[in-house]
Amino acid sequence: MNKKNGTANHRIPDFSLSPRIDKVGVEERVSRFQTRSIKTSAKLQGLKMVLNMIDLTTLEGKDTPGKVRQMCYKAQHLHDYHPGLPSVAAVCVYPTMVGVAKKGVEGSGVKVASVSTAFPSGQAPLKIKLADTKFAVSEGADEIDMVISRGKFLRGEYNYVFDEIAAIKEVCGDARLKVILETGELVTLDNVRRASDIAMYAGADFIKTSTGKIQPAATMQVTYTMLEAIRDFMDETGIKVGMKPAGGISNSKLALHNLVMVKEVLGGEWLNNDWFRFGASSLANDVLMQIMKAETGNYQSSDYFSID
Amino acid sequence: MAKKKNTQAAVEWDYSPSPESTSHIELKSKYDLYIDGKFVKPSSGKYFASYNPATEEKLADVAYANEKDVDKAVKAARKAYTNVWSKMEASERAKYIFRIARIMQERSRELAVVETLDAGKTIRESRDVDVPLACNHFFYYAGWADKLDYAFPNRKVEPLGVAGQIIPWNFPLLMAAWKIAPALAAGNTVVIKPAETTPLTALILAEIIHEAGLPPGVVNIITGYGDTGAAIVNHDDVDKIAFTGSTAVGKIIQKAIAGTGKKATLELGGKSANIIMDDAPIDQAVEGIINGIFFNQGHVCCAGSRLFVQEAVVDIVVKKLKRRMDTLILGDPLDKNTDIGAINSKEQLAVINKYIKIGIDEGAEMYQGKCVIPEKGYYCPPTIFTDVAQSSTIVQEEIFGPVLTIQTFRTVDEVIQKANNTPYGLAAGVWTDKGSRIFNLTTKLRAGVIWANTYNKFDPTSPFGGYKESGFGREGGLHGLSAYVKLK
Repeated sequence: MNKKNGTANHRIPDFSLSPRIDKVGVEERVSRFQTRSIKTSAKLQGLKMVLNMIDLTTLEGKDTPGKVRQMCYKAQHLHDYHPGLPSVAAVCVYPTMVGVAKKGVEGSGVKVASVSTAFPSGQAPLKIKLADTKFAVSEGADEIDMVISRGKFLRGEYNYVFDEIAAIKEVCGDARLKVILETGELVTLDNVRRASDIAMYAGADFIKTSTGKIQPAATMQVTYTMLEAIRDFMDETGIKVGMKPAGGISNSKLALHNLVMVKEVLGGEWLNNDWFRFGASSLANDVLMQIMKAETGNYQSSDYFSID
Repeated sequence: MAKKKNTQAAVEWDYSPSPESTSHIELKSKYDLYIDGKFVKPSSGKYFASYNPATEEKLADVAYANEKDVDKAVKAARKAYTNVWSKMEASERAKYIFRIARIMQERSRELAVVETLDAGKTIRESRDVDVPLACNHFFYYAGWADKLDYAFPNRKVEPLGVAGQIIPWNFPLLMAAWKIAPALAAGNTVVIKPAETTPLTALILAEIIHEAGLPPGVVNIITGYGDTGAAIVNHDDVDKIAFTGSTAVGKIIQKAIAGTGKKATLELGGKSANIIMDDAPIDQAVEGIINGIFFNQGHVCCAGSRLFVQEAVVDIVVKKLKRRMDTLILGDPLDKNTDIGAINSKEQLAVINKYIKIGIDEGAEMYQGKCVIPEKGYYCPPTIFTDVAQSSTIVQEEIFGPVLTIQTFRTVDEVIQKANNTPYGLAAGVWTDKGSRIFNLTTKLRAGVIWANTYNKFDPTSPFGGYKESGFGREGGLHGLSAYVKLK
């Protein structure tokens, strides 16, 4: 397994002193990433990377084994008419669907991620969150996507949030832990930065923007702020943490601009699905459409791409 | 459960070349002077070449105006002033200025590409900064033309007459707009000379002005070297000199016009302080440092060329700054992904290199961004010097290139003293999370423009100009308008 993300040997900082973030400055920086022009071979390479970084997701009350099985098939067969395409990185489901998903992707290398900790609100006692997580792990989840207690965070109870993450991390075993900050509820970039720091020092293997249930979700401003936090954490501890923007990234251009941001803030070591993921349900087909356009010169109707 | 180690290698993902097309550009091989509404040959018959500093290739030949041509231009401007422009209904004047702005917008892509070809600046900047700002200056001042009584309430507003304007090579089109737009709005006529290394966008502006149907002689655009500029300054019938350029030339101009009754606005050099306090948002401050000194290859009179960092955060700021410098892409200015373009001319590159050598000789520690310098063209990598003192030459003198000096300070009083300890006083930047610190510093720094938690932001509504050897008079906003009127 990837190295345990233990920060035992590192001084835990005072999170109320996390670096300040200037929103106007962040917007300006982000707009520069957005003016990067990604063309021809760089575009094609980028699009294929995007496909391989997707966590194909279904998180609905109406999810059924049937739906999950179909999604798992799609995860491995994005567009069989075009050979040589990668599979997605993972499928992301509720804990009750982990068993089905595990079977669905068996032997393909596609991972199974499970949300947990009373996703999406996180409004449950720690005991239940731990049980939720243990169940998902026991069903075979390779990755756990937990949510933080935003209510506690906004009340300034940073130690509670920290301890909760650390406790969940302990029951994850070999599963990698993604910590969802739900930035749409944290509102300010100062809060996003602070929550990122808390999550990483508490043992997150990945930090993730959103559940997808709250708007705004993975804006570039938020993702940029989290990437800088990851860079600083790496500088401070030598520990590499992954990033997963989720929610709202539904087209190729935005996805490529996210990759630009990763490249220019963290570098090429983060440009693979061990360290960067997109949480998305509709992104894959837009990327496929752009890849086919790049290779054939024509846009095809969306009916030529299977929805799941 | 055994899992695969995360051992994927770093991914090489370089941006493919993405050059802005030049196929829509039709540069003439030879450009004449624009005098009295006509394109005329220079009386000497002489032309000089303008080069692309990124490729060292010749772009076009441009007329070399002498005293005779200047006299012709000033006479045309005087005639247009007396007979047409000063008598015209102000709302009519506004229409012409609006028309110029609109045609500039229509031809903005062409203007941006030519600016990049002629000046070496990146297409990202000429497209997103220079050209839109230039258009906005015309729009802004067009709006004032028929509202002068409201701009200066209870005063009788009169134009000055003929304005002689001399502009630099760092923002060729934008500086032309800064000069021409307020002059016209207030009812003056203009003789303007662009810099010899960057005349082309001003000459396209002449075409635009012609197309807008401006009455002959209201704007005359003449090209040449320093002697052409001197002829404008020394012409008896010029009422106002507006100059942007070096402090050395500014002093010559001031001597030349002493006792003549000519009014002047001088926008000269700078060695502006960019101040990072220990509570600043560090990542955004680093971006502000980059924008402050590497914007337009540092060819910016208000460039944040003296960086002051509070000692508690200096290590992290310098570390992050170096890392960010390594991600800057230097190269073909026409490529949409280029961050750092070419140095404007061979001469300027020599000046910059001279100062870099002085910095090294003075014992300062140098770091340059990791970039590949193209074989042809004039380029200088982004450069910073640490271990410098207030008394270092590179701290005291304006370099006008992508070269930053980094000093540290301990207290607010210390940094105010150091920031003000310079013959210049054009601009300053302050980075802090604390509002009270911003107000404390902005009231005590002696500089014409002070930015808080940002740098190099320009807007037509905002006055721009300096203290001390950075010049006098303001451009932009209402202040810029008042530099072109007599109030009674």
